[in-house]
Amino acid sequence: MTLLALESVTKRFGAVAALDALSLEIGAGEFFALLGGSGSGKSTLLRAVAGFELPDAGRVLLRGQDISRQPPPARDVAMMFQSYALFPHLSVADNIAYGLRRAGEGRAAIAARVAELVALLALGGMEARRPRQLSGGQQQRVALARALARRPSLILLDEPLAALDSGLRERTGLELRALQRRLGASFVMVTHDQAEALALADRVAVLEQGRIAQVASPRELYDRPATRSVARFLGAANVLEAGTLPLGAEVAAPAYALRPERIRLVDALPAINGTPATVADLAFRGGDALLLAQVAGGPLLRVVLPAGAALPEAGAAILLAWDAAALAPLAA
Amino acid sequence: MTRGVAWLALLALVAAPLAIVIGMSFSTPDAGVPPVVPPLGRAGWQGSWDSWALIFADTFYLDTLLRSLRLAAVTAGLCLLLGFAMALGIASARPAWQPALLALVLLPFWTGFVLRLTAWVGLLRDHGWINAMLLRLGVIAEPLPLLYSDGALLAGMVHSYLPFAVLPLAAALARRDLAVEEAAADLGARPMTVFLTVTLPLAAPAAAAAFLLVFIPAAGEVVIPEMLGAPDSMLIGRAIWGEFFQTRDWPTAAALSTALLALLLVPIALYQRLSVLK
Repeated sequence: MTLLALESVTKRFGAVAALDALSLEIGAGEFFALLGGSGSGKSTLLRAVAGFELPDAGRVLLRGQDISRQPPPARDVAMMFQSYALFPHLSVADNIAYGLRRAGEGRAAIAARVAELVALLALGGMEARRPRQLSGGQQQRVALARALARRPSLILLDEPLAALDSGLRERTGLELRALQRRLGASFVMVTHDQAEALALADRVAVLEQGRIAQVASPRELYDRPATRSVARFLGAANVLEAGTLPLGAEVAAPAYALRPERIRLVDALPAINGTPATVADLAFRGGDALLLAQVAGGPLLRVVLPAGAALPEAGAAILLAWDAAALAPLAA
Repeated sequence: MTRGVAWLALLALVAAPLAIVIGMSFSTPDAGVPPVVPPLGRAGWQGSWDSWALIFADTFYLDTLLRSLRLAAVTAGLCLLLGFAMALGIASARPAWQPALLALVLLPFWTGFVLRLTAWVGLLRDHGWINAMLLRLGVIAEPLPLLYSDGALLAGMVHSYLPFAVLPLAAALARRDLAVEEAAADLGARPMTVFLTVTLPLAAPAAAAAFLLVFIPAAGEVVIPEMLGAPDSMLIGRAIWGEFFQTRDWPTAAALSTALLALLLVPIALYQRLSVLK
């Protein structure tokens, strides 16, 4: 069932179209990620759904109802801000209760709901503290509890993990997904981190210059990127133009994406899907090794070798090969 | 080095004059020049507590002091109200406009202080602009006694002190985190509720600072009451002035000055605490 639909939404800032006739449908219970670099329009899209930006054209529909012109307080969505935007003058409990108070709920109902969220997000014992007395991870959980409090149809997450230490980010991300599954809630997350989008989301939309380059499941997005830029953005794939190397693909296309980890070092060069090269650079990265291989008169290939592999010397002549199935056809 | 200069400046410009004034409050009047005998002479202690006894015994001084504090509080309150609205307007304007709007707030300082008050006299006196206008329009038959009233005094006070309230408020409101207000709106708060539950409480320290920044100098104001106020409404600044220059009772003037300063130490300490908290 479609929960949120955007119908050719356009938003301009001066001459720049932050959203360019963008259409998108998101289902109920989905964990959806909007992935893109800075200036891709992903944050504008989130703010248009929350009501902080009014689209110049197009419609935003929630459960089939046009909410494009509704002010933020009237919308049945809640946003978790990148900076968390907790109320610094209110306690944790009052932060969580803020939306419930605005909805005019009774004192007992508010207390019960706050207690429920405190338990759900492991904030027990911190109810009376102010946000500045909490760690980054705790603040993040308060922000999430506050957004969840009124049981909105849709939760919007603006870079939910960006403000956390790298050590905490992975675990918090998994907790976020587990919580979303448990509650059956609908999450739309904005992120610039492709690993985060692939790891957490059910579906990912890659945004480029206010347009959607591709919407797909993480697996499909990675294995079958639709365009050159999606291939480059996700996992830094090699983009091979047809005709530059002896390519034998399953499907004919003007160009192919070839994942760095799908290229092997071989002793004998195959007739197709292989090339001689020289080692331009080599970096041992612990879990694997990154090799930049220069094809004479051709492209510079990124190759990721497994940790155990014997590594060639820089400047050495090597032979590379890959499977036909590893070549993902690109439309544009 | 810089520390030494700072201490020297404090000693020469604050501690020494203060010590002289406090000392003078214990001196005895004399017919000479200066018209006092210092409290410490060759024979040792020769001062008196008379002037202190006088200002505590005569309720005139206490009433004057209370009236001054009340005027300062009303002035500061009005400046806070007007200043908050102006500061919010400035902080909500486009960033490119904000320096220009702040410059407009400071524009009155380009004219001399006394000159600005003289302008009020020109506006408010019996044959001033306002009365002339009202007479011409036939609204009144006789000029209204606008000048030398509490209203004129308050207008002059608020007009003179308003920038002191606007500046700290505008600075605080301009650097506030707008995401917090968006979060409130997102959670269902309408604009007025956002203002009352988020903007206002978060601006409270700046508002308190603005209030005190007006209150502290306004309590001892001399010139504005002299030029615009009713002659019979006695304020502490005018009382000190009168003791010094009219009755030439320096010890009483010094005792009054010291008492006012001691009273103002409370709001000054409050203001200091607020600045530290920020």
